[in-house]
Amino acid sequence: MSVFLQQVVNGISLGSTYAVFAMGCTLIFGVLNIVNMAQGAFFMGGAYFGLEAARLGLPAPLALLVALVGGGVLGVLAELVIFRTLRVRGGHRWMGLVASLALARMMVGIAQEIFGTQVQRYPASTLLDTAWDIDGVRIQLLQIVILVVSIVLMALLALTLQRSSTGRAIRTVAYSEDVARIVGVPVGRTILTTFFLAGGLAGAAGMLLGNLFNVVSPFMGEQMLVKGLTVIILGGLGNVPGAVAGGFLLGLVEVFSVAYVSSSFRDAIGFGLIFLILLVKPTGLFSRFEERRA
Amino acid sequence: MKYVALSACVALAVASITPAAAADEQIKVGIVQATSGGSAALYGTMGKNAALLAIDEINGSGMLGASKLVPIYEDDAGDRGQAVNIFQRLIFQEKVSVIFGPTLATSAFAADPIAQKAQVLVIANSNTAPGITAMGDFIFRTSPPEAGVFPGVLRYAKKKFNLKTAAQIYGIDDTLMKTAYGVHKKALEDEGIKIVDTETFQKGDVDYSAQLTKIKGANPDAIVIGGLAEESANIVRQARQLGIPQSVPIMGAVASISTKMAELGGAAAEGYLVGSTWYMSYDAARNKSFVEAYRKRYNSDPDSFAAQGYTAVYAFADAVKRAGGVGDVKKLRDAVAATKNLDSPMGPFSFDTDREPVIDPKVLAVKDGKFTPVTNE
Repeated sequence: MSVFLQQVVNGISLGSTYAVFAMGCTLIFGVLNIVNMAQGAFFMGGAYFGLEAARLGLPAPLALLVALVGGGVLGVLAELVIFRTLRVRGGHRWMGLVASLALARMMVGIAQEIFGTQVQRYPASTLLDTAWDIDGVRIQLLQIVILVVSIVLMALLALTLQRSSTGRAIRTVAYSEDVARIVGVPVGRTILTTFFLAGGLAGAAGMLLGNLFNVVSPFMGEQMLVKGLTVIILGGLGNVPGAVAGGFLLGLVEVFSVAYVSSSFRDAIGFGLIFLILLVKPTGLFSRFEERRA
Repeated sequence: MKYVALSACVALAVASITPAAAADEQIKVGIVQATSGGSAALYGTMGKNAALLAIDEINGSGMLGASKLVPIYEDDAGDRGQAVNIFQRLIFQEKVSVIFGPTLATSAFAADPIAQKAQVLVIANSNTAPGITAMGDFIFRTSPPEAGVFPGVLRYAKKKFNLKTAAQIYGIDDTLMKTAYGVHKKALEDEGIKIVDTETFQKGDVDYSAQLTKIKGANPDAIVIGGLAEESANIVRQARQLGIPQSVPIMGAVASISTKMAELGGAAAEGYLVGSTWYMSYDAARNKSFVEAYRKRYNSDPDSFAAQGYTAVYAFADAVKRAGGVGDVKKLRDAVAATKNLDSPMGPFSFDTDREPVIDPKVLAVKDGKFTPVTNE
């Protein structure tokens, strides 16, 4: 029993990093309907921002803030340099896909130059080293912190989207840029804000995962992008609570497929599950997307 | 005038007798290492740095007379397709005499046959999978296969920790790690240690908690990891975080020896056991000069892959000297194969008849963040 419960803990803590990352993805892919392949690179960038901040001796919450803002700035830059430019010139959305893919590659290359290709770790701290044994189940302080952070971020984001004027602006732009313009929503600024939020969430997720598994490397974003896309399809495009639930679900599915089947089948089971869900519910598990857009 | 003509005549005669020993010969040597592309870059960077250091030392010392080694370095990023392309270019366009590398065994299995067919020497410094040198008589390595060192580590651990059971975890999608797993399994069976759980992971994985939770549930006396340095470091760390006590020793593959292993593993890596050919404080004059030169040039510590890469270049240069140049390929190959008791940072170094390295194996444990020989404890 304790082995089973331990696996649940493992799945939830892995899932919470997926959830934070997927929230950013769902904003860009789902709400704005922009295909941004650099989202994984923001994740990697955030991990390095957080790492450098932690190495300068900043306490963990401040380092997380640095990672979040750093990721956000990367998101803003991507919008200004690539997506806005393409939009103004009437570029096709496939161009955005390729351009953002190129941006991601460039960022990986730059990170390689600055930080080297080797994996780095966060400095040891009480946050990393504190853990409790409860009935044979090991729970780390860090796992609890990451879970709380992911839930807080989800609540903040959901509130922002539903209640604030920024949120209303984002939803209006998502519905139609033309309509947004007619009703006086500053479209450019709203998209910029969304990119900041999405980049920030990716950056925060990068620092959380980097801490949890002690792995910061220029290549860490590549796999993550696929996970993020998986989760937002699972949870329903544009649905923030859906992205969070999807993140936890994917984390649990991965852990349990490794635990009870084999590591070789982990991705096959993860993606197989998506096929199944999409067959039964083509709009994702929790989607209210069509109504939301309407 | 007469004198000039005579000396020209002599020079011509000498040149025609030993064309290979032509003065100021430029000997092109290829270095193929992965210096980007994740975990492999750890070893590739070491191999590349050490090879360049050795080449400059050899050129500076006049060991080869007026001949010079001209390094051509290429990064294969740990990708076997890229390794194949690079080998083709180095062999057919650059016409190198030897290739040092490639970093990964998977790349070696794809690219080495090209060199073998073209009769170009390959001396690997980090391939530890079985069957590397079996690809042909031009393929050598200075890195010992897992089977050369692991049984010694296990015997030591069995005696010290009174092991009855063990769990294994290994990278299932990596040739090197799969074979390391096979070697570990056989060694465990030979020692009569019961394997209570076997887990796998894949390249690029960062979360091993699911596998380690199962291992913890099986309650083994020891854990054996078939993984590279970064993976092994994280497995060790996550194992301890999950509450597998420090009293359960963790043993690793030769390939996991890296200063990075101890650094990434942190306190959790203390006591981690491996077998090796080399360690930093190995007491030999040749090793001291190597470590000092490496530190001076790169401002960081070498590891065993650096020592093996350094030895590979010296073994080649020594053979060039004995063969009187690189002109006669067959003679050069035979000279490399005849390497015997070469003074290396790992101690006396020889190749056996299978072109495998002959070096004294050493059992190392991480102590205060450094790989330290257990006998010195």
